[in-house]
Amino acid sequence: MRFLGLFAVLVTGALLLYGVKDFPHYGAADSPANEGVVPRYYMENTMKDARVPNAVTTTLADYRGYDTMFETSVVFTAGVAIFAILRVFGGDRNRHHPDSLRIRGDQFRIIVGTTSRLLIAPIQLFALYVLAHGHHSPGGGFQGGVIIGASFLLLSVARNLGESLTRLPEHRFFTLGATGVLIYAGIGLLCLLLGHHFLDYRALQHVLPGVGPEMARSHGILGVEIGVAITVSSIMFAIYANLSTRGELKKGL
Amino acid sequence: MIWQFDTLILLLLLVAAVVSLRLRDLLAASVVFGIYSFLMCLLWAEMAAVDVAFTEAAVGAGVSALFMIATVYQTTRKSSD
Repeated sequence: MRFLGLFAVLVTGALLLYGVKDFPHYGAADSPANEGVVPRYYMENTMKDARVPNAVTTTLADYRGYDTMFETSVVFTAGVAIFAILRVFGGDRNRHHPDSLRIRGDQFRIIVGTTSRLLIAPIQLFALYVLAHGHHSPGGGFQGGVIIGASFLLLSVARNLGESLTRLPEHRFFTLGATGVLIYAGIGLLCLLLGHHFLDYRALQHVLPGVGPEMARSHGILGVEIGVAITVSSIMFAIYANLSTRGELKKGL
Repeated sequence: MIWQFDTLILLLLLVAAVVSLRLRDLLAASVVFGIYSFLMCLLWAEMAAVDVAFTEAAVGAGVSALFMIATVYQTTRKSSD
């Protein structure tokens, strides 16, 4: 059986390597990704359409807005699924850990706690920068949201889960997760109500004062990115809180 | 793209992948898996896909390694196979 598995892996690997031969060279100007009509349109018109220099952001949140909206719902669904599988209410399960897992070095707790307390504020500021500056530099809603979530995870690991649960209790992080998806879909619906297509941010020029259609698209992108960030950050924390306590949400790592 | 960097990162990537599969200690394996993600992030950044590299660094090396450590803490540390 072992050799059969090895054989299958080797054959698949050889076939994949054989397929690499047909790929275009790295950075080739005539590769499909550079020559196709659609990608070329995206790269050439991102400044003209939305005044966003980072073509990745425009593609993600505007040209391919539907994709990102449903990706956000996928993240929310993942959080709900983890909740449905792991969460238990009431009843102490009376678990005991094997000794190998008991964390030694409790005397360093004050060092770890203080260092992470000092780090959390800069991390969250950086996350907001990543979120707001996604138009001009790498970053955006997903990355900024993950970094905000990571700051809560750092607090849970360095101190304990209870401390971060007092700041972001369960009912709140699931409400926030749903709110993010609603912000995204709501902006889409607003565009629909204003007489354009769903997620056609140009419609926002009717509600935002003194804004042309291009800047309306830019602001629409920022709006949906904020929705994405809210969902991603709260669901990251929800997943961690359920995983690290077997769904009891009492005290974690 | 600098081929010396590429070769080095790809070699380290292979080592990290094999080591994380072979390790019996699951806590160590998840840490090595975080290293694997970080090397992937370096590779993306080196291929000028900075947005992907950023996501890989935040999600792969940061949060998902922590998810795995939390899961190991709640299940068992020794691999049975």
